[in-house]
Amino acid sequence: MLEVKNLHVSVGGRKILDGLNLTVNDGEVAAIMGPNGTGKSTLSYVIAGREDYEVEEGEVLLDGVNILEMDATERANAGVFLAFQYPLEIPGVATMTFLKAALNAQARAKGLPELQTPEFMKKVREAATKLGVNQDMLKRPLNVGFSGGEKKRMEILQMALLQPKVGILDETDSGLDIDALRIVADGVNALRAKDRSFLVITHYQRLLDYIKPDTVHVMAKGKIARTGGPELALELEKSGYAAFTGEAA
Amino acid sequence: MNKPVLQRARTEAEAALIERFDQGDRRLVGATDLRAAAMQRFADAGLPNRRVEAWHYTDLRGAMRTAALARAPETATLPLARQCLAKPLAQTDAHRFVIFNGAYNEELSSSGPLPAGVTVASLASALATGDADVLDTLGVRTPGSDDSVVALNTALMQDGVVIRVAPGAKVERPLAILNLMTGGFAQAAFLRSILIVGAGASIMLDEATAVCMPDATQANEALTVVVGDGARVDYAAQVAEQGAQSVALHSLFVTMGANAQFNGFCLVPTAGLVRRQIFARLEGEHSTFSLGGLSLLRGKEHADTTLVVDHAVPNCVSREFFRHILDHEATGVFQGKVVVRQHAQKTDGGMKSQALVLGEDATMNNKPELEIFADDVVCGHGATVGQLDKNQIFYLQARGLSRGEAESLLLEAFANEALDLVADEAVRARFAGQTEDWLAHRSGR
Ligand SMILES: Nc1ncnc2c1ncn2[C@@H]1O[C@H](COP(=O)(O)OP(=O)(O)OP(=O)(O)O)[C@@H](O)[C@H]1O
Ligand SMILES: [Mg+2]
Repeated sequence: MLEVKNLHVSVGGRKILDGLNLTVNDGEVAAIMGPNGTGKSTLSYVIAGREDYEVEEGEVLLDGVNILEMDATERANAGVFLAFQYPLEIPGVATMTFLKAALNAQARAKGLPELQTPEFMKKVREAATKLGVNQDMLKRPLNVGFSGGEKKRMEILQMALLQPKVGILDETDSGLDIDALRIVADGVNALRAKDRSFLVITHYQRLLDYIKPDTVHVMAKGKIARTGGPELALELEKSGYAAFTGEAA
Repeated sequence: MNKPVLQRARTEAEAALIERFDQGDRRLVGATDLRAAAMQRFADAGLPNRRVEAWHYTDLRGAMRTAALARAPETATLPLARQCLAKPLAQTDAHRFVIFNGAYNEELSSSGPLPAGVTVASLASALATGDADVLDTLGVRTPGSDDSVVALNTALMQDGVVIRVAPGAKVERPLAILNLMTGGFAQAAFLRSILIVGAGASIMLDEATAVCMPDATQANEALTVVVGDGARVDYAAQVAEQGAQSVALHSLFVTMGANAQFNGFCLVPTAGLVRRQIFARLEGEHSTFSLGGLSLLRGKEHADTTLVVDHAVPNCVSREFFRHILDHEATGVFQGKVVVRQHAQKTDGGMKSQALVLGEDATMNNKPELEIFADDVVCGHGATVGQLDKNQIFYLQARGLSRGEAESLLLEAFANEALDLVADEAVRARFAGQTEDWLAHRSGR
């Protein structure tokens, strides 16, 4: 279970998150929608442990443990996974080398033996095939020269391999074509489980047709402004965010 | 001395070097006039210091207060050298020539026949017999001879290897020159080797300076490479395991005929002070000179690469690509000058120097220069100094890698992009292994 309690965050003296509260239960898929620049990515980065944010107040609890005390590595090993809105290109690091390092790091953190190479290759191939990631991409340096959609698939591939407790998808649908959207959504749905929760950040109702959320939250001005069921997303599609931002649509 | 020179006080090291020459070291055989003229140049200029433009970032006079002895002491026995050669790092498939404590040593060198088309002599014997080719090479084929470190080398050269590759010989097995210094005490070596590659021939030369029981060694080495028309030379060099008080000076002279290729790389993963200076002259059209390098420095280490590439004729290509990783308080220097003479039209020159500065007190000095006198050329240079990308580190940490692992992965990638330039696979693998060791040491694994 992920609980964000009264979270106040600023960047360079500017307040971005202003007393945000949010609970995502085990097995739940929560969607977050909200206008550009409202702090959705900031929230996801703060949960994942990126530095340069000033957390002024509040807590982020994963199964009751405040993860704000941990660095990004420890949070990843505790089961937090962020699929980045803009995945980074890492020149010179082969995708396979990176995947192996990530899986080995996780194994070590869990006190398990590292995967043998054949077993690792098999695992990656299977997951890649399901997500339509071709073998060629796996040979290239991580994300370098990948198309926008290819980068997003690579994020979901990593999530599928790392099997996190909480998966945060920051606009994973942006940049995906119609077919890829379905493939990626299927990939996420396949990971849905009783003890795994998801925070799905999106601008479009369409993704939520494929990944059916249990709850939908509207974020505005650094807070959760409203919480509802899947019907809230449909309503937003029609009326926009004017009611939450106080500006005319 | 025919022109008036303002005499400044000589340092202890300078005085000792001059005195050694004046006393007539009996091992300094042959090339008498060449040596005397060179010693005069050294006596006039002294050890290079910051006021000499080409040495602006490396104050050798300040760093080398005393001159070590160029003499093999009794403790430096052959069994010790053999132990050193048995180390994994010293293993090679190449036909190797070993220079041991300043003298070419046949016993330690590879036995068995030389590759077809290759002939070898020690420099000492070539000088003793007054080999005209060798003397000519030391004179005419030595661009950059106004440098006082080069002058010192010419004056005091003890030994080295003279390798000739017959025209047309495609030598498959690499050759290696190893300057091995052992003994666990301060000693100096002045070595000069020569590689003359005939027209249409090809060869790979792997050159290393290794100090077995690290101490305050002082190596002054020079290698002259003459690349004949249509010939190809692959070259790899490195300094290994010298001590923190060591000084390694290396001068490389390359002259190239027409349609020739030279492809070189230098790895500097070492302690102490290292200066590698490269003087290349393209004398025949349609030739390509390329040189890469990787320097991995930590502590108070100091490594300087200074090169001059002289395009004397049209239609040649030159490429230089150097990378530095600087930790702690280390200092890196890259000075590259590409000269394009007035009639050297259609020259294509590209030079890049990139550094990652990890330590707060580490320094990178970059000085790329173009001196272009021709009007129809494509030349460019770029120099960057940066840090590891925080966002990339966060991305890797967000996948569970520790900060140290994330940094190592990024540093290895940075290093590998330079190592990709090493033509010979076995050498590349060895350099990659040393880079991994360096990174492992850094992250305490
Ligand atoms: N490092 C930073 N320095 C200054 N301002 C920042 C920084 N990071 C984020 N911001 C600002 O914080 C605000 C929230 O940004 P954030 O990326 O979280 O928005 P978002 O809700 O994800 O928007 P979008 O829907 O466009 O992705 C923006 O106004 C942004 O400019
Ligand atoms: Mg965003």
